[in-house]
Amino acid sequence: MTDFDAIIIGAGHNGLVCASYLAKAGKKVLVLESRAVPGGCAATHEFAPGFQVSSCAQWLYQLSPKVVSDLKLPQHGLAYAAEGLATIALDETGDHLRLQGDSASGGGVSIEDQKAYAVFRKKMRKYAKLMKTAYDTRPPKLVEHDFRDKMTFAKLGLGMKLLGKDDMSDLMRLILINIFDVMKETFGSSKLQAAIALDAVIGTPMGPRSPNTVFTYLHRFLGEVLGFEGATQVKGGMGTLGAALSNAATDLGAVVRCNTTVASIDKTHDRVTGVTLSSGECITAKLVVSSADPKTTFKSLLGYHHMEAGLVRRIEQIRFKSGTVKVHLALSGLPTFTGLDQSDLGQRLVIAPSLNALESAFNPLKYDESSERPVMDISMPTIHDPSLAPNGQHVLSAIVQYAPLNPKGGWEALRAPFMTAVIAELARYAPDIASLITAEELLTPADLAATFGMTGGNWHHGELTMDQVLMTRPATGISQYQTGIAGLYLCGAGSHPGGGLMGLAGRNSAQEIIRQGELA
Amino acid sequence: MNSPTRATMLLETPFHSRVADRCKINDWGNWMGYTTPNAYFDVELEYFSIRSTTGVFDLSPMNKYRIQGPDAEAYLNRMATRNISKIGINRVGYTVWCNDAGMVMDDGTIFRLGESDYRLCSYQRAIDWLLWCALGFDVTITDETEDLAALAVQGPTSCTSLTEMGLTDLNTLKPFGMRTYDFEGEKLMVSRTGFTGDLGYEVWVSPEKAETLWDQLFDAGKEYLIKPFGSYALDIARIETGFIQAGVDFVPAEEMVRPGRARSPFELGLSWLVDLEKPLFNGRTALLKEKAKGSRYRFAILNVDGNKPADHSFILKGDRQIGTVTSAAWCPTAKSNIAFAQLEMPEGSIGEEYVAEIYYQRELHWTRLLAPCKVIDGPIFNPKRRRQTPAIPH
Repeated sequence: MTDFDAIIIGAGHNGLVCASYLAKAGKKVLVLESRAVPGGCAATHEFAPGFQVSSCAQWLYQLSPKVVSDLKLPQHGLAYAAEGLATIALDETGDHLRLQGDSASGGGVSIEDQKAYAVFRKKMRKYAKLMKTAYDTRPPKLVEHDFRDKMTFAKLGLGMKLLGKDDMSDLMRLILINIFDVMKETFGSSKLQAAIALDAVIGTPMGPRSPNTVFTYLHRFLGEVLGFEGATQVKGGMGTLGAALSNAATDLGAVVRCNTTVASIDKTHDRVTGVTLSSGECITAKLVVSSADPKTTFKSLLGYHHMEAGLVRRIEQIRFKSGTVKVHLALSGLPTFTGLDQSDLGQRLVIAPSLNALESAFNPLKYDESSERPVMDISMPTIHDPSLAPNGQHVLSAIVQYAPLNPKGGWEALRAPFMTAVIAELARYAPDIASLITAEELLTPADLAATFGMTGGNWHHGELTMDQVLMTRPATGISQYQTGIAGLYLCGAGSHPGGGLMGLAGRNSAQEIIRQGELA
Repeated sequence: MNSPTRATMLLETPFHSRVADRCKINDWGNWMGYTTPNAYFDVELEYFSIRSTTGVFDLSPMNKYRIQGPDAEAYLNRMATRNISKIGINRVGYTVWCNDAGMVMDDGTIFRLGESDYRLCSYQRAIDWLLWCALGFDVTITDETEDLAALAVQGPTSCTSLTEMGLTDLNTLKPFGMRTYDFEGEKLMVSRTGFTGDLGYEVWVSPEKAETLWDQLFDAGKEYLIKPFGSYALDIARIETGFIQAGVDFVPAEEMVRPGRARSPFELGLSWLVDLEKPLFNGRTALLKEKAKGSRYRFAILNVDGNKPADHSFILKGDRQIGTVTSAAWCPTAKSNIAFAQLEMPEGSIGEEYVAEIYYQRELHWTRLLAPCKVIDGPIFNPKRRRQTPAIPH
């Protein structure tokens, strides 16, 4: 007799989603979280007295609506402070480009480009729809000839066919190339090209000329077919989502234990039997489901010496690079962005002047150095949600690219100069910014790796590249949430369909576990 | 214009000067990047030195890897299919190792030199795999291939020849035992192992002492008709005694290109090497499945009528092709025509009779021969002297 049906390692959003679906199916579920609060990357923290910010992800743009309704997240506290936000690509002279839905305006964008933008998005929506077909279920395997996998292939094949001949062949052409080439052939405006390309590279260790960046763009674009018409800001910061997911799981009968670190996954000869906590406590379960990234799961928790060597090799070969930093600023008042109306400060602001500026920012990352002129995705959450800062004061949160996990000379030497570079870049657009800063925080890839347990600081628990998606995510042979080790499953972003606050990895994993009948 | 061919210069073994001197017919081959004799003077006479007197084979090109450290035993138990814990200090074990799919990558011998000190001898280069396997284990892996010269000394008078050379009381060494002797101010290691199925030893020294070892051995063995033998003679001996060879009787699993071409230990007749009671080893999960589900193929030793070696033959049951031959030879001592075959399950039970479809050519004229053959129980040549301790003097 085991203590639980399933133990979920990690109360990140995928862990909680998986726990909820299993609990909903009547299983006895325990979720173990080493941090003090549930939610993982869906977290809010106080970075300066009275100033709250979304710790990691700052925008919601692809959370599965199915998960939201299945788990009744609004009833459990999920609320939005703002929805359907525009993306404004900042211009030093004040001629900003505004992207809202299918329209592109300002920034000197020509009529041709405006038309091309709508056409481009229509095409991307078609591709994203096809991608959703693959994302909504376990990834099909190529060789086992399983009926369910055949159905997935049939659906994908039909979806390809329905794209029409031109769009289908264009998808085949585009999917492996890079966003730089696609932008160059599609648009004339350098500002428009860069604003779109930023979405392809944000959260990745890639530049616009890197292969795979059309795929990463589509991954991000998925939200468009999930009902998000632009970035959404969660009320109270992203931690509200984490709390809502935790409440939902608890309400469905799962037990969520925070401040509880799993030291190891326990295994007998033939199967995983439970976990041992850092306190020494052992908890048994029929299944252990890890939402930790694959390397953490297999190397740190299970131990390579408990696995066959081929799997060890495949895990060790997963790429986990990151180039992403999080910057949080406490501001004594509202900054003035040249030529930007105060009412637009709450939109999604991006600094990506041109494709070459993006590529130049990326170049140093290849040599473990940081950008001299970083690019960024900025949120000022206090505009829509004043509760996050003391009265009249504000928070600026930015996802900044590019800085390495382990810079030459170490982060202690780079921290101050990189922060200076970020503020200098902001000051090009908001000259008074420096004078308003009362507190600042820089979360390096190393900080993010340590705080959120993400190997390499990679937000996706493994880079999202064509060699690491679908039936090869996280590695061949373990793509369908099973690990080849009886009793051990995966449910994190390292599994199909990958990261971003989407919840599909957790949901697909729970469905697969239920289908396998091990808990029946 | 022809494109230039890609050629790599072959290496010489530490015995090369002596080997070349004896290689009267100058017939050389490429063995894992080393130039080694296919034959020295006459394949049949070389073969008979193994079976009747003393034959000497330069096995320096064998890949040798040292595995040391607190986790050495656990590491080898995870890598290899058999239970390494059962190999005592100064003992040697034959094993195979598999990939995760339970397919054989190679076979070889593990020498236990000390408490946590082993040497693995393999036919294939293995350092890449050995290092992958080392992740998560406190071990160091060293490639010692070039640091150790070795001679196989095989045949009924091998013990006497070596004793004559100064390896006192060698006759008390048990099969798969090993022992060290002082030799020219260094250590010489001798193990009672070999690839011929006869009484025989393998002698290991530093490359610097290789030529001295050769000279002293051939001096000491002169009275006992010591002869060198090449790879052709070895091939006959190993087939006669039932030893399979990587790259010939199975495709090393990680070199396989076409799906399904690799073989499991069960399919190679090596189930005795697989200890499924061990908690973990590479391929265990797959082999447990295979055990439950049944294998695809069976390894069979066939005694084929006539004297035409059944090289590359199809094996027929009635009109149906049920398998192929991987190795074949006319075996002089056993006076039998032996073939190793891979037969589709459930074929291959002991005593089953089939037909070997043999093709051979005489003066550009191809002839097809349908030779009846029978599955035999174990190797045709397996003399008592191979196991007897003390070894019988000759």
